[in-house]
Amino acid sequence: MNRDIFVIIEHLGGEVADISYVMLAAAREIATALQGEVVGILLGEGIENLGQNLAADMVWLFDDPRLADYSPTTYLHILGELIQQHVPRTVIFGDTSTGAEVAAGLSARLDLPMVSACHRVTVGDQSLGYESRICGGRIQVQGELPSPTALIAMVPGGYNPDSGRSAAPPPSEMLAVPRLEEQPIHLLSYIQPETGDVDISRAEVLVAVGRGIQNQDNLEIVEELAEALGGDVCASRPVVDQGWLPVSRLVGKSGRRVRPKIYLALGISGAPEHVEAIGDSQVIVAVNTDPEAPIFNLAQFGTTSDLFDLVPVLTDHIRQARSERVA
Amino acid sequence: MNIIVIAKMVPDLVEELVVDPGGKGLDLDWIRWKPNEFDDHAIEQAILIKERQGAQVTVVIPNMDGAEDALYAAAAKGADRLVKLRGEFTGSANNHALARALGKYLPELQPDLLLTGVQAHNDLDGSLGPLLAEFMGLPYVGYVAGFNLQGGKAIVRKEHPGGVVAEMEISLPAVLGIQAAEQAPRYVAFSRIRQAMKTTAIEEHEIPHLDISGAAEVSLMKQVESGERAEMFAGDADHVADRIVAVLRELGIL
Amino acid sequence: MPIRETFWNIPHWAEIGQYLLGVLAVLIFAWGMVRRWRRWRQGTAEQRFDRLGSRLAGFVVHAVGQARTAREPFAGIMHLTIFWGMVALFVGTALATIDWDVTRLFFDFQFLKGGVYVIYELILDVFGVFLVIGLAMAVYRRYLSRPGRLGNLPKNNLAWDDAYVLGMLVLLAVSGYLVEGLRIAVTKPDWAAWSPVGNAIASIFLALGDATNRGLHLAIWTGHALVAFVAIASIPFTKFAHAITVPVNIFFRNLKPAGSLAPARYHSGPGVEEWRQFSWKQILDFDACTRCGRCQDSCPAYAAGLGLSPRDLMIKLGAHVWSGKNGAGLHGRVVSDNELWACTTCRACANVCPAFIDHVGTIVDMRRYLVDQGRMDGTLQETLANLMRYGNSFGQSERMRARWMQTLESKIKDARREPVEYLWFVGDFASYHASLSETTRRTAQLFQAAELDFGILYEAERNAGNDLRRVGEEGLYEMLVEKNAAILSRCEYQAIVTTDPHTYNTLKHEYPEEINGRPVLHHAELLADLIATRRLKLSRKLAYAVTYQDPCYLGRYNGIYDAPRRVISATGCKLIEMPRHGDRALCCGAGGGRIWMEEGQVKERPSERRIRDAAELKDVLALVVACPKDVTMYKDAVKTTGYEGRIVVKDLVDLVYEAL
Repeated sequence: MNRDIFVIIEHLGGEVADISYVMLAAAREIATALQGEVVGILLGEGIENLGQNLAADMVWLFDDPRLADYSPTTYLHILGELIQQHVPRTVIFGDTSTGAEVAAGLSARLDLPMVSACHRVTVGDQSLGYESRICGGRIQVQGELPSPTALIAMVPGGYNPDSGRSAAPPPSEMLAVPRLEEQPIHLLSYIQPETGDVDISRAEVLVAVGRGIQNQDNLEIVEELAEALGGDVCASRPVVDQGWLPVSRLVGKSGRRVRPKIYLALGISGAPEHVEAIGDSQVIVAVNTDPEAPIFNLAQFGTTSDLFDLVPVLTDHIRQARSERVA
Repeated sequence: MNIIVIAKMVPDLVEELVVDPGGKGLDLDWIRWKPNEFDDHAIEQAILIKERQGAQVTVVIPNMDGAEDALYAAAAKGADRLVKLRGEFTGSANNHALARALGKYLPELQPDLLLTGVQAHNDLDGSLGPLLAEFMGLPYVGYVAGFNLQGGKAIVRKEHPGGVVAEMEISLPAVLGIQAAEQAPRYVAFSRIRQAMKTTAIEEHEIPHLDISGAAEVSLMKQVESGERAEMFAGDADHVADRIVAVLRELGIL
Repeated sequence: MPIRETFWNIPHWAEIGQYLLGVLAVLIFAWGMVRRWRRWRQGTAEQRFDRLGSRLAGFVVHAVGQARTAREPFAGIMHLTIFWGMVALFVGTALATIDWDVTRLFFDFQFLKGGVYVIYELILDVFGVFLVIGLAMAVYRRYLSRPGRLGNLPKNNLAWDDAYVLGMLVLLAVSGYLVEGLRIAVTKPDWAAWSPVGNAIASIFLALGDATNRGLHLAIWTGHALVAFVAIASIPFTKFAHAITVPVNIFFRNLKPAGSLAPARYHSGPGVEEWRQFSWKQILDFDACTRCGRCQDSCPAYAAGLGLSPRDLMIKLGAHVWSGKNGAGLHGRVVSDNELWACTTCRACANVCPAFIDHVGTIVDMRRYLVDQGRMDGTLQETLANLMRYGNSFGQSERMRARWMQTLESKIKDARREPVEYLWFVGDFASYHASLSETTRRTAQLFQAAELDFGILYEAERNAGNDLRRVGEEGLYEMLVEKNAAILSRCEYQAIVTTDPHTYNTLKHEYPEEINGRPVLHHAELLADLIATRRLKLSRKLAYAVTYQDPCYLGRYNGIYDAPRRVISATGCKLIEMPRHGDRALCCGAGGGRIWMEEGQVKERPSERRIRDAAELKDVLALVVACPKDVTMYKDAVKTTGYEGRIVVKDLVDLVYEAL
């Protein structure tokens, strides 16, 4: 039986995505128990240096101009052949805009079992297990990852990405790209997000609003609070979909990942696509009238106070605290 | 152009989710089913394409509670053909089983384009779109938020993390996982839904057997424990604000 | 003996010519009115020929007596003097003509002679003075003092129409007096003193000599006749038309309860897309608008700067009906979506309209089309989706509907399982809104203290649909009514009670007979009754001063003004009224579904205006309300206006609870 763990490293714009380190951390846990090896797999063009800080035992590179941009059909083809050839114990993908569809496609193509929304992996005597969170983070599911090969699509939150980083560059090996037929999917261009607005991914203090804000006019009190705190306002998907805030303020899977010292979540229920982008916050304080809201599973502090009652009072208290300091 | 939208019902998170006594699934008695939000976007996107350049839109939904209402709502928005899949979908059925069954059935309908929601909150074995694409031998692109037709090919906008959008060209037929339609799903007045009930027939298609292989098995399902939950501040706004200010002080922000 | 010589100094050709012109004027008038009537008939059917006695009574009070017009002193005196002056002079002229050319000519009999005649002359002179005073007031008001509501006309040519009507009346009055004065100056009758104004004018002309005066008399008489006939002929084509359309509109006014909205009429879809889909009575409304602007002055949406003026809406619709290009749809061309969504359906406009125009019904009909097209903002769309899916506007599970009860000591009967005397229809806001649960619990505690036999529907209750209906979602409203009616019909109860005026209104006036056949009570009525019969004993006397906000759907819609005031005085509180109260009370801004919509650009929120109204009253410590939505709206407004600490918002229930 093969004991190796394949980790399909995600990268965009010349940078390895954070989720890759989370995946490596999970892979390390399995590899240690099975006495197998963690193999990081990178596809792209000019990617040699991307593998430098991966905590992998080996990095395999598919470096080719035809892989310059992500294409689901190309990935399926190359990774499908690779998995069939090596039969690793598990292959870990990110449950992301790229990994999710490649993992599922491979599961169907190679008839391999897969699990998505995986939060942690567990290692037993003879078995490997998964823990996934579904239904907006309310339900935890556990089960076995069957042999010989299981596919995993991982979400962040279960592992510290730092354990997936390594100071010493791992050995790497260049693999030959198999023959590629004419592909049905081509990249035309990348459209970069509008800049000029504040960069919330670097903000230390964030006040986030969700559906609970009810309408655009109510943003005023939130903006006042952010100003008093010296922070920025950001939002979950519903608020941005309504056009109440620009997409540059979107926190979530399809928006920005943030890592502030404090993340004040107002009226945010805590859907997984939002939650996974705020996991690196030092402290999360959640305000939501629904005591069952999943955001309270992630936050260190919470309250079910009505945000419309609380926010103006909080703004006052903060201003007071500041003026006392000055005095 | 023949567009097929595959939608499904998911548990409504407004209700408490209860695990059944067997501990491997949700207690169906407690579940209120609602259409998957992303599938609503897929339906909206299909209607937008139809309105823009003309198309026949067929909506296919597995038979679950509320599926007929969802079909009629789609007809009220402009869907031409409604299909309900008959079979045992509520219990252990998963996306692999559904995709496999659809992979056999949908070629009959000769689709040029298949749309489905990019994900559903209860997906555990991958999302439906890429599985279906593979069973049908078609290309798939997910996280799509923008669609255009050019020279018989689809030009789509795929959303990546961080707000980067990749514009991609795909040969048809293909399967797309819709993240967001170009505009928010429209409201259909109740009278229009009632009208659709009178004027649009729902076709039924029997799925005699569901093959659920391809998913990792579930050995235990449970509600996320409250032990991992936040420390809660109770009391009036003044008191709660004081506690939050204390947290801010500790962090050195104030 | 004093006698009327009607055609003194008038040559025969002029007399004949006058009749010819008169016939022509009447023909043009008749043709113009038929044209209007035909336009009304292009509207859809509506039954307004019932209860003719009540219609006639209203006609006498409001068309003849102009009771509503008189509620504003300046404009009231202005209009009543012009109106009665014109009526008297018209009747006088008609009598003189009959006297001379009918009874004298054919029967050789004159009734305008002797004492009758001099009294006739005196009366006409006095009413002529009324007319002149009224016209002077009108000129002063329109061109010198210029109140805002007469300005900003959406159609500029209407300013000419206003000027034309006023100018013609001034010409008529002045030329009439001159003709009389010149006649007296020449004939110098013994009874000239009975025409004081005419006599005074005569004294000015005496010096010119008889010959000149005779010439002048004939010239001005001719001018007077021409102006009169042009005026008559122009009635259907100018603002003069209101003299016909307003009385007709008053006769055909809505006699159903104000709270019972006309059901949607279906064309290709529900509601009104183009003008012919309005009912004939709605089109008559547009024609009856005199552009007086009272509606605009009382409209909370207009005051908030939301772009809706009920007056301008009527003007625009009226102009559209008569424009050459009126085939296309109204929305986006004649009326903007925002304008329609701005309405809170508070009915302040219809309540003050002297012509009895129903602005709200027309707005809702046009909203129905917007809803059918899915044209609405995202917040409203989400609320409607919630109402469809969950039966409440909060998008919460029905299982959470009775969650406010959790901390209540004694259980509340389940009206679905056992008979109750009072079925308490709690409503969405009182059930779900986090900051209202305390008040909702207190309501239960008050009922328990009074040993009331009551129960609730628990998770079977659905939003009653009052505001949903006024948003324009008729189909969904019908669905909710079906669900509520189905559960209510299985319950045993004597009466329904609710704390929400909106719920109260629709249950009472719009639900099927088997439900609203039984009494529907607002908690203000029930509390007043329980206190009066000593079933609820108040032991504490509250000694502070409060003011009271009349909810639109309790006051204006249902005329309940006394019951809440009786409750307030029973608690010992001193009630100090705000300047606008009773049927003039200002809306909080939440009604008609506004609370579910995005607010838009507001100058001053109606709720904030109201808090300022209340805070301006010396010594008043609390604003007492009788509507759950009011509690939330005004609590927010107290915060945003910075009046925290100055004034608090209390539901009637909180006040009574305090006095228990």
